[in-house]
Amino acid sequence: MKADVLVLGGGGAGCSAALHLAQRGARVVLLERGLVGGQASGVNYGGVRQQGRHPAELPIARRSREIWGRMKALVGTDAEFTVTGHLKLARNEAEEADLVAYLDTAKEYRLPLRFIGRNSIHREYPWLGPAVVAGSFAPEDGAANPRLLAPALARAAREAGAVLLENTKVVSQTRDVDGFLLVSEAGDEFRAPVLLNMAGFWGGAVAEAFGEPVPVSPLSPNMMVTEPVPYFIEPNLGVVGGNVYLRQIPRGNIIVGGGDGESDPATPWSRPLAEVSIEAMGHAVRLVPSLAGVQVIRSWTGIDGEMPDRIPVIGPSGTTPGLFHAFGFSGHGFQLGPAIGAIMTELVLDGRADVPLEAFAISRFAGPGDGGGAKA
Amino acid sequence: MKVAVVGAGPAGIRAVEVLVAAGLRPVWIDEAAEGGGRIYQRPPAPLKRDAKALYGFEAGRATSLHAAFDALRPQVDWRPETLVWHIRPGAKQLHTQSGPRRDQVEYDAAILCTGAMDRVVPLPGWTLPGVTTLGGAQIALKAQGCGIGRRVVFAGTGPLLWLVAYQYAKAGAEVAAVLDTTPFATKLAASPGMLRDAATFAKGIYYIGWLRAHGVRIAEGVTPIGIEGEAGVSGIAWRDPGGREQRVDCDAVGMGWGLKPEAQLADLAGIPFRHDPLQWNWVPERDVAGRTAIAGHYLAGDGAGIGGAAVAELAGARAALAVLEDAGRMVDAAQLSRLDAALARQQGFRAALDRAFPFPRALAAGVADETILCRCEGLRAGELRAALAADHAPGPASELNRAKAFSRAGMGRCQGRVCGTAAAEIMAAALGSTPEAIGRLRGQPPVKPIPLVAEPVA
Amino acid sequence: MRLVRLRDAGRPRIAVTLDGAALEAQEGDTLLTALLAGGAGHLRMSEFGDGPRAGFCLMGACQDCWVAVEGMGRVRACTTLAQDGMAVRRG
Repeated sequence: MKADVLVLGGGGAGCSAALHLAQRGARVVLLERGLVGGQASGVNYGGVRQQGRHPAELPIARRSREIWGRMKALVGTDAEFTVTGHLKLARNEAEEADLVAYLDTAKEYRLPLRFIGRNSIHREYPWLGPAVVAGSFAPEDGAANPRLLAPALARAAREAGAVLLENTKVVSQTRDVDGFLLVSEAGDEFRAPVLLNMAGFWGGAVAEAFGEPVPVSPLSPNMMVTEPVPYFIEPNLGVVGGNVYLRQIPRGNIIVGGGDGESDPATPWSRPLAEVSIEAMGHAVRLVPSLAGVQVIRSWTGIDGEMPDRIPVIGPSGTTPGLFHAFGFSGHGFQLGPAIGAIMTELVLDGRADVPLEAFAISRFAGPGDGGGAKA
Repeated sequence: MKVAVVGAGPAGIRAVEVLVAAGLRPVWIDEAAEGGGRIYQRPPAPLKRDAKALYGFEAGRATSLHAAFDALRPQVDWRPETLVWHIRPGAKQLHTQSGPRRDQVEYDAAILCTGAMDRVVPLPGWTLPGVTTLGGAQIALKAQGCGIGRRVVFAGTGPLLWLVAYQYAKAGAEVAAVLDTTPFATKLAASPGMLRDAATFAKGIYYIGWLRAHGVRIAEGVTPIGIEGEAGVSGIAWRDPGGREQRVDCDAVGMGWGLKPEAQLADLAGIPFRHDPLQWNWVPERDVAGRTAIAGHYLAGDGAGIGGAAVAELAGARAALAVLEDAGRMVDAAQLSRLDAALARQQGFRAALDRAFPFPRALAAGVADETILCRCEGLRAGELRAALAADHAPGPASELNRAKAFSRAGMGRCQGRVCGTAAAEIMAAALGSTPEAIGRLRGQPPVKPIPLVAEPVA
Repeated sequence: MRLVRLRDAGRPRIAVTLDGAALEAQEGDTLLTALLAGGAGHLRMSEFGDGPRAGFCLMGACQDCWVAVEGMGRVRACTTLAQDGMAVRRG
């Protein structure tokens, strides 16, 4: 099969790339080893959050937030995106100082953010526990249903003319004078002059195949959900340090994340860890004491790729013309996914993107003495 | 060697018996306060425990198991009222919850004897107060001395249908009707095979005969239409084999179509599953001795595929012997071959039983759009069908876990235990596929709900 | 739903309350039995507006009988023994 662009990986970013490329007339083929949204994109917490991001990510996050706002027009569903605001909490003075320091970053990137001091925080949110000393509220942020986003983007991409192949595991990727050649496990061949590596953790192996190994490691955020209880937690909650985050959906279920499960990307296989779930439960109840006794009914995790500096690799390959990377979102790519697809489209079709990408260059890992490869 | 046995029903009791005889002191865990399992569940102490009244023909078997349990209890690390909510097979750890207490159990070998529950088909009105499973109706009677209503209808198919109806009638409840979805001819055709266990077969015939003799209304080959009522049950309607509508007043309905394994722990342990074409259930794969593909993990009893209580006793003992064999201990060869022969004999009977009482696939596949499919999420069958129609998907949701992700079917407190079988049949019918291809809902920890607490009690 | 005591119904009485109203139960009752034999009718309302529920499997599997007990938190009525003086709220 021949195409203009091959996309490796059917997460939210990959599906968005397929959609945006197809909308501009490119012939796109996306290859996904499992089901679209089957790993990090589909099983994450569902936070649509700008607050607290690395400054380099904020321009992308701002752009993505704009796309989230018109998601229904773009793909036919809002994927349950709800603008609840994101409330980030401090539990001691050091954490409070962290919140204060971020206010300047937010201002620089025009991210609306309101600091809530210790006198107001318990008045505004009477259900918070005494452990909380301050918060900062990002009114534009919210949450969405991760199970719905990647499939919705995929469906829209297909309607726009892209070809999306699930259960298609690529076993070899090479480039010759005719461009890229991908071969699936079933022996099917796919050719195109441009290849987008958007394969999450497995993107590391793709980069390595083209001579630029990077230290990406598997990351499996440990997630759980409670039975439905009457709705009272409106904002999406996080904490400085990130050891717990939780949100309630209007149906009543409370989604709680924190810590990492275990995984084996080779199978692939991932699972939550009991002791990690228990620790996150403790943090959650200390944050919102009235959650004590609410029953956890399910837990899960998936596999994402984590970079040592916890920001992704985005941009052109340093070794191979026509190859572009976007992977290693380090556990916070869900909100960014829609914009990443748009940005990759611009990189491919226009040769430039309207947000700065220098901080994400793959070359940052290509130092002398760095053998690359996955860290232990 | 540290051995953990999960479950104190017939399989667990016989497994522990073998382990204790070999000089081991296993950790033994059950959600109930005492041993016996669901089938031989003992009433709480203030109730009388007259075995003959409680277990009928099974009194001897029940008494023997209870006596074995009582004798074993001081010789093991017994953990009653304890849920195993997660298992980490690589590290060989079980995670337990008992009241507010959380614990971790390390083991070298684990025997999972996690039992079964009723397999059900959603009917209009099945969430009404007054509707229970057949197993639930039986537990109300055996363990609590109660009937689920004053005037009860039992509907479904399988040996339990007739047994529970008989037990209710004997206990003095009014059984308004027994509605079997299996035609008499199907049962008759399978009866030669059932003669392999003539005693059990004879009991089944006896229950049916007794009910007829006592004037209980019996209908076979029926198609249930629905359970009627507002705040509770007021009646049930069905179509007879001739297509005529029938109904009867009642204030409770017990329903069930055979059993399905409670195999969530086996799933979390990573043991592969297969769809058994005869049982029409997903069952974890194991060999005749209960060994699985995951070293150190053994299965026995109905949780490893429905075989009934007698098979469970044999399989429990056999799995414990496998644990001992695999640890390089001497085991009694005569005992091994006796167990293997007995297990093989039972297989033929079980196959005939499955043929005699087949799962009503068409009934499950045809659950009406407006009927609640997933009780936990209040999801109607039509909502699942809508999710299959490429609503969010890049293509139809061709697999049960994806359908769950789109529709919420199986996402509630019970994790699809109750609705999973019917959901797969609905999908298979809608997509022209098979339940085998549709797959099964993956087990996720916790196996059952556990509470959020600030500081776990260790 | 009304559970009917068919045998062994002469056990010592205990008192429980449901949403503040007194119910008479017997020693050895599960909470489910205590409430449904005592005339509660149902144990909880579906969170999603499809009516009253009173349990289904009675063996701890279907999770349809959760209620709240003062001092204990949320419990499954079918696997919890009733104790004298328990104050129960519908789940």
